[in-house]
Amino acid sequence: MANKIPRVSVREQDAQMRATNFEEVCYGYNSEEAQLEASRCLNCKNPRCVAACPVNINIPAFISHVMSGDFKAASDVISEDSSLPSICGRVCPQETQCEGSCILGIKGEPVAIGKLERFVGDWSLENDAKSVAKAAANGHKIAVIGSGPAGLACASDLAKMGYEVTVFEALHKLGGVLVYGIPEFRLPKEKIVAREIETLRKLGVKFETDVVVGRTITIDSLMDDEGFDAVFIGSGAGLPRFMGIEGENLNGVVSANEFLTRANLMRAYDAEYDTPIYVGKRVVVVGGGNVAMDAVRTAKRLGADATIVYRRSEAELPARREEVHHAKEEGIEFRMLTNPTAVLGDDKGWVTGLNCVEMELGEPDDSGRRSPVEKAGSDFVVECDVVIMALGTSPNPLLKRTTAGLETNRRGCIVADEWGATSREGVFAGGDAVTGAATVILAMGAGRKAAKAIDNYVKNK
Amino acid sequence: MFRIVEKTLLAENIYKLQIEAPRVANSALPGQFVIVRVDEQGERVPLTIADFDKEAGTVTIVIQTIGASTKKLCALNEGDSIADFAGPLGNPSEFVEMSAEDVKSRRYLFVAGGVGTAPVYPQVKWLYEHGAEVDVIIGAKTSSMLIYTDEMSKVAKNLYVATDDGSYGFKGMVTAKIKDLIENEGKHYDECVAIGPMIMMKFVTLTTREYSLPTTVSLNALMVDGTGMCGACRVSVGGKIYFTCVDGPEFDGHQVDFDEAMRRQSMYRQQESVANEKHNHKCNCF
Repeated sequence: MANKIPRVSVREQDAQMRATNFEEVCYGYNSEEAQLEASRCLNCKNPRCVAACPVNINIPAFISHVMSGDFKAASDVISEDSSLPSICGRVCPQETQCEGSCILGIKGEPVAIGKLERFVGDWSLENDAKSVAKAAANGHKIAVIGSGPAGLACASDLAKMGYEVTVFEALHKLGGVLVYGIPEFRLPKEKIVAREIETLRKLGVKFETDVVVGRTITIDSLMDDEGFDAVFIGSGAGLPRFMGIEGENLNGVVSANEFLTRANLMRAYDAEYDTPIYVGKRVVVVGGGNVAMDAVRTAKRLGADATIVYRRSEAELPARREEVHHAKEEGIEFRMLTNPTAVLGDDKGWVTGLNCVEMELGEPDDSGRRSPVEKAGSDFVVECDVVIMALGTSPNPLLKRTTAGLETNRRGCIVADEWGATSREGVFAGGDAVTGAATVILAMGAGRKAAKAIDNYVKNK
Repeated sequence: MFRIVEKTLLAENIYKLQIEAPRVANSALPGQFVIVRVDEQGERVPLTIADFDKEAGTVTIVIQTIGASTKKLCALNEGDSIADFAGPLGNPSEFVEMSAEDVKSRRYLFVAGGVGTAPVYPQVKWLYEHGAEVDVIIGAKTSSMLIYTDEMSKVAKNLYVATDDGSYGFKGMVTAKIKDLIENEGKHYDECVAIGPMIMMKFVTLTTREYSLPTTVSLNALMVDGTGMCGACRVSVGGKIYFTCVDGPEFDGHQVDFDEAMRRQSMYRQQESVANEKHNHKCNCF
């Protein structure tokens, strides 16, 4: 029988304290807390949480192992469907997926599935309990482009099937968005990301950094000269979008990608590193997604007064609920229903403010969200010295330009079927390169599906 | 890790490094650049390729020690390794894609300034190897700052040197030499390619505009990743915003907003001088 206790709260670093450092915000459950929280699960016959998980982890099964204290068994259950539980437990939007469909959530609070997944993932990393069992080598070589969530998931599955997998990464560090985009305080790089990648090395996956496929080598040279039987493209989201408003090239306007890359990948917050970063006294971040939250909270930690400007209302914020909540606790100012119309600068070309208009919500648009409409004559200025644009991305044209016959759609995303097959034989794709900016778990799911499709393709060739 | 095969001092604070990077050497074409990171703490620095040797698997870069990262890079010696060397990045020069006849029939004038002389060399060399006759102007403050004159004289049809103080060759700016060639020597060119400091490229384009001479420039914008992710390198060309790393680095010089580009280059100057101080600081504690 399920234990009718309230959801076990998770320990977090004090909000005031953490707004000045880059240590992880959430401490996660210890084993007693995890077992107690696990005891709340109803173990439904038709578990809606499993259907709501993009990779269909057998959630009730792993939770029941946590409850009985058999963490190794819990880890094995998760491993069947996910290779990166420590990461997904931290960054998945659980409120719209597993936890959002939990029966307990109808009247009370859903089971903390994400926190339990994180606990199991971290436990298996700390206890070196991750399964690295794999099939005998089958002699086939697969190239994976990009070491982000899609590439890692694809590489992991293929390696377990017995393939010889090489992952090519354009940057100097492995992990893609997990290292350049998501900040340390939300996803620790050495403690978690590097160790998850280490598990892949143990499976025999090879990694080559500083290789920009499309420039250093091409998909054709991989297949024709280097003997790869198939290629998986998991190259990620691409070029940052800007608004196209006046003053966007002033000094002090940066993309969230640039700001976060300087802080995360290049560790600009660490005095030991040479990377410069400019935060000024007041930072305004334009946008309402996870990337916007990451940027604004990073700016706060670097000592600035930090504000979010978003054109819809709080209910429409696309960011994870937990990030919005954490941001507010940390003293981030939220200006909703506000849309920038021009960036203002001084005579030397540095940002002095953001001209905005007030918005109100009109009719629902294609996405079902009520579209914001400008209130006439409501112009006002938000003073600031840095403006960070967190408006999403558009696809990087490099692979399209350098790979004959690789189809892209009207928006520039690579065209791939449900299983990741592209218009080029033997070339598969998944993650943001196909869908446009989305989540870590969707990219992982696409990488895993493509691994199955690649296996089919190679076997039937 | 990428090994330094050869290190040469070319002029005061200007070094030539030959780096072992077979994959980059194999794919490099004139006009492209690399991203270099010295060590774990270093920045990702974009540097234009000065030469490449597919057989030897080496790529040559020329560096002027300006900031903390370039100083660290030039403090290394032959046999040492650098952490990262990614490339070739950006689009190759336009002429690489042109037909052999077109290349041969076009008259090019290259204008090289300071350390920008190094990336001009592979372009002139490529054109020379494809049968084109190329005139080159190399500009420097003074004769001791001149680099690549011997190499260039072997591949250029005519090499002109201009120094600000007249210590070597023509006395004056490269722009005065362009005027001199066109007006006094009756030279005709189909295209000018200018690579050097932003301010030089700006004034070259102002000069060539008077003669309606199409002019290509190679922009050395700030970059972080260099692969189309950060947007730090955006420039205004013909009123539209482009990313130097994926759309460039070469653009129509008559369309580039140089004043904005120069201002954007100075974005991190204050932080950089602090980092520079940090590295120059000599400890006197004991």
